[in-house]
Amino acid sequence: MNDEQLTKNYHQMQDVKFNKILIFINSVVPLALLAFDGIRGNLGANPVEYFLRTTGVLTLVFLMITLAVTPLRKVYGWNSLVKFRRMLGLFAFFYGFLHLVTYSIFDKNFNFPAIVSDVWQRPFIAVGMLAFFLLIPLAVTSTNGMIKRLGGKNWAKLHKLTYLISILGVIHFWMIVKSDLKYPFLFAFILAILLGYRIYDKYKPKIVHT
Amino acid sequence: MAKEIKSSEITPENVYLNRRSFMRIAALAGTTFATAGIYKFFNPPPPKEVVTAKIEDVKQPTNFNLEDTPTSFENITTYNNYYEFSTSKGEVARAAQDFVTRPWTVEVGGLVGKPKVFDIDDLLKFEQEERIYRFRCVEGWSMVIPWVGFPLKKILDAVEPTGNAKYVAFETFYGGSRSENPNVKLPEGRNSMQSSYSAGIDLPYVEGLRLDEALHPLTILATGLYGKQMPNQNGAPVRLVVPWKYGFKSIKSIVKIMLTDKEPPTTWNIAAPNEYGFYSNVNPKVAHPRWSQATERRIGELGQRETLMFNGYAEEVAQLYEGMDLKKYF
Repeated sequence: MNDEQLTKNYHQMQDVKFNKILIFINSVVPLALLAFDGIRGNLGANPVEYFLRTTGVLTLVFLMITLAVTPLRKVYGWNSLVKFRRMLGLFAFFYGFLHLVTYSIFDKNFNFPAIVSDVWQRPFIAVGMLAFFLLIPLAVTSTNGMIKRLGGKNWAKLHKLTYLISILGVIHFWMIVKSDLKYPFLFAFILAILLGYRIYDKYKPKIVHT
Repeated sequence: MAKEIKSSEITPENVYLNRRSFMRIAALAGTTFATAGIYKFFNPPPPKEVVTAKIEDVKQPTNFNLEDTPTSFENITTYNNYYEFSTSKGEVARAAQDFVTRPWTVEVGGLVGKPKVFDIDDLLKFEQEERIYRFRCVEGWSMVIPWVGFPLKKILDAVEPTGNAKYVAFETFYGGSRSENPNVKLPEGRNSMQSSYSAGIDLPYVEGLRLDEALHPLTILATGLYGKQMPNQNGAPVRLVVPWKYGFKSIKSIVKIMLTDKEPPTTWNIAAPNEYGFYSNVNPKVAHPRWSQATERRIGELGQRETLMFNGYAEEVAQLYEGMDLKKYF
């Protein structure tokens, strides 16, 4: 490799590093704004509900962005996006965690039996809880070491759970809304496109070269 | 052969790197700004406080006043369920700000001896009294609201219900929406309501009470709160308040009151019969499929408090339901 090539590689690495910082900062922006509004008492009459709703929606948003990576790579050839997927997925986990913690503390006063009875009695809580617990193994196996230990194929198989998690997440949102299904429908629609693309990609007629 | 580049034309490395960091700072600032913009678009700041006219000569206090500290005026007027305007509680105040409530009449008829149309100004002539009531929403939050109003019994007595009258049916004003009927000509300000489709419930909104519930001294027609005329988002100019039932029973912006012999249809019961019953009495022992009704969050507090049977009005109203299975008639 000559000097020029080395410099180019160096700059590309720098770009990836910079883009990671860029995505990280943008992913933290909603939390920063939420915290800022919270401190100033600008979350409306029911700040707990506001925080709960917003972190829930953000979890879904990050799940959708994570699921958009593969279609964007295949359709537009933006292969470098895969470098940012882990971080996006971990942000989905992070916002989901905040969502669950807020519910546990403020709605249930960390009363474990009350949470269990909620899961038992209210299907929408059970669905959301299941989605979160399925996210845990994915977060745990997101490190390079774990990918190596599992082997790429097994790892990829395990991480297909994201599809199920996203479906459960959208169902959870759909179930809590009383009557205006505009936003749950929007998420369901986006998810249908993202998952539908994968089905299409798998079964589309292959071009056979003779 | 390519034209030779003079060494003076080559961008010096430090300038190149500066340009690079400039681009990065621009990218960082631009995307952060855009993300914040998207967030703010979906989470607009709360609307400004509303100012309504003072109601003169409010009688107070009365027997039913609570010791609890009333919820702030700001919270009462910025956290509303009024699906004709918006399905987002924080948005109702803004969406309802141009709602015109004068002139306004309330038709009272059905199985009565003397049907009558009341003008809102006639209703304001009844002796107005302050009633500080608990208000418990079926969604698991509650407030303490200093209503101004008068017993519903006063106007029911005035129209003289016949012996066949067993129930009272109420209807909210519905201005229709442009999307449903673009040709409809409505008084200015009243035509910005949502379609039934957008609201997700059939409009106009209808509610009902059993006659004995309607005649109960706790049941009032409220014309205001905090000593001032009713803000639009809280159901101007006149609404029902039934403090021992979930909030959705306390129908807003009433235009029609009909006495009937059959249990009248009610909006949320039509939307989800297994979730919202005709009675909808506050009952910590009967859970809603999605919300435990055992506890509630009092607006202004962060934790949860125990929900009281009949919202704390058991002493006054329990006898209305003696012998009834409240799990069945939820």
